[in-house]
Amino acid sequence: MSNHLQNDLEKSLVEKSKAAKWVNDRLPIIGMLENVLLKHPYPKNLSYWWSFGSIAGIALVVQILSGLFLSMHYVANTQMAFNSVEHIMRDVNYGWLIRYIHAVGASMFFVALYAHITRGLYYGSYKAPRELLWWIGIVIFLLTMATAFVGYVLPWGQMSFWGATVITNLFSAIPVVGESIVAWLWGGYSVDNPTLNRFFSLHFLLPFLIVGVVLIHLVSLHTVGSNNPTGVQIKTKKDIIPFHPYFTIKDMVGFVAFFLIFGYFLFFYPNSLGHPDNYIPANPMVTPAHIVPEWYFLPFYAILRAVPDKLGGVLMMFGAIALLFALPFLDRSKVVSGAYRPLFKKVFYLFIINFVFLGWLGKSPAEGWYIWASRFSTFYYYAYFLVILPNLPKFEKTLPLPESIDADFQKNH
Amino acid sequence: MKKLFLILSLISFSSFANEGGQDVINSSALHPKQMKWEFDNPFGRFDRASIQRGFQVYKEVCSACHSLKLVSYRNLAAIGFSQEEVKQIASEYLVSDGPNDDGEMFERPGLPSDKFVGPYANEQAARSANGGALPPDLSLIVKARHDGPNYVYSLLSSYADAPDGFHMNEGKYYNPYFEGRQISMPAPISDDGQVEYKDGTYATKEQVIIDVVNFLQWAAEPETEHRKKMGVRTMIFLGVLFLILIAAKKAVWKNIK
Repeated sequence: MSNHLQNDLEKSLVEKSKAAKWVNDRLPIIGMLENVLLKHPYPKNLSYWWSFGSIAGIALVVQILSGLFLSMHYVANTQMAFNSVEHIMRDVNYGWLIRYIHAVGASMFFVALYAHITRGLYYGSYKAPRELLWWIGIVIFLLTMATAFVGYVLPWGQMSFWGATVITNLFSAIPVVGESIVAWLWGGYSVDNPTLNRFFSLHFLLPFLIVGVVLIHLVSLHTVGSNNPTGVQIKTKKDIIPFHPYFTIKDMVGFVAFFLIFGYFLFFYPNSLGHPDNYIPANPMVTPAHIVPEWYFLPFYAILRAVPDKLGGVLMMFGAIALLFALPFLDRSKVVSGAYRPLFKKVFYLFIINFVFLGWLGKSPAEGWYIWASRFSTFYYYAYFLVILPNLPKFEKTLPLPESIDADFQKNH
Repeated sequence: MKKLFLILSLISFSSFANEGGQDVINSSALHPKQMKWEFDNPFGRFDRASIQRGFQVYKEVCSACHSLKLVSYRNLAAIGFSQEEVKQIASEYLVSDGPNDDGEMFERPGLPSDKFVGPYANEQAARSANGGALPPDLSLIVKARHDGPNYVYSLLSSYADAPDGFHMNEGKYYNPYFEGRQISMPAPISDDGQVEYKDGTYATKEQVIIDVVNFLQWAAEPETEHRKKMGVRTMIFLGVLFLILIAAKKAVWKNIK
């Protein structure tokens, strides 16, 4: 470790500066920041896969800021919503930029989230002692999906309207009280002005709930510490480095790479991730030929449609996410990281390919062989969690783990 | 994990390649012809002369049935019309306004700040004048269709006689690029010389269609040029920053042993 760092570690700002001490004695913010950035131990072998957490965080900030400015011009009324969005696009200074940032940013947020979750699935970041950290993360995922869903309704295009109609109607599958729940969600007997209004309120509220849960996620993270590519726990001081400057600079690289991809879509293909039908104003009298959700919902949409029974489909769809909660108990392997599990690697890659394939099926019409492919893929999705992961350790010969994080680092760098 | 990344990028690439390649059966629409447009690539620019001609086509042909509600007359300045010309164009239309101090509604000549005046007072009037069909507003038509510019081009240039055995409904026209292949709009641009261009360009059918697509693309995404210019600059900036950060990261991490 460098000298400059050791000095920093030995002498905190609170000791060096009177002003800092004055503040810190009254609000321990400086000590907390120092703890997280300089004292908290991070494994030194973290790969770029570990950048996606902070990338998702930055994506959330981008969404909240761009959304705030949009809300200053947007009108949540069925007669005016569509035109108010076009007013933003055409008449508000840089309105097109703000709106495209927000629309493309939603997709980018999900790219970061899916990458972050994929990393957790592969390296076993859900295993002890990180179960709660994992569950809080899934809560963030669920809240983000809810926020994205209500947000997509706001421009009041054809897909907004019909997507809202299809998805809210899912609740009618609940026995006995289903219909009443749907009417309660809508605030009437169809998706209409009260629905749009409450969706706007919720779309403004939910992101701040997400911020709150993200903070809880971070508290949990700093309690149990980051997982790492070996899955081996920190043993000695040789295994660790502080966040600053090492991961501040590494995360900056990640941020800029992320913004390069973001910018590519934002500036050159801002509408390629959305559906053209949403540039047609909502019309309750005309149903689009294919009602499809945004790409980030497609795998779950495919699971929903794979089941011939409505209630069954809804249960399977929500079950697909509920399984993530059960994952810490389903994966029985003592080895944390998938990198040392030859059989796991195979079923994991297949799981990811299967998930992307489900997404493709969700985009295709629900007819012919697509339905059977969806059922097959849904079966594998469930089998991966319920059958394969619990039983895999019985057959699997895992590879020898490195002695320590430091040993792994020396071998690979 | 590197392998996974490779697999994922391959899959996402191939699924993009698949886009729009579905259903080419009987009455479903053909995949649009792929044209080269000047506004298309990352350095894309508007062809202003063509857009101005396209505006003339819209004014003389399309606007008989189609509105352009989201565009204002003042926006025409962006495609090269002078303030005087914009005022002149706007004043050719009558806009209902009011009530005045006597409580009466009145009509006045259009102003640059007015939105384009449409051909019909309301949807019912539009339907009744078009055999029940509603001519869609064209402000966003390019963004509201898959592969918009190519779609509009293909649709306008591909009216034909229905093939033998294809059942046509009354008052419909055969067009293989329209979903269902039966469209209520008769071929709007049928002959060379249908429009007499003010700039002297000879209005072949092909030329007219290209011009109108350029105009509609501008109407749907007037920010295109600004956006792409900003995009190129931003990408260059981020690209350089990326390289610097990689070097900085290497330098900072050098003392980690």
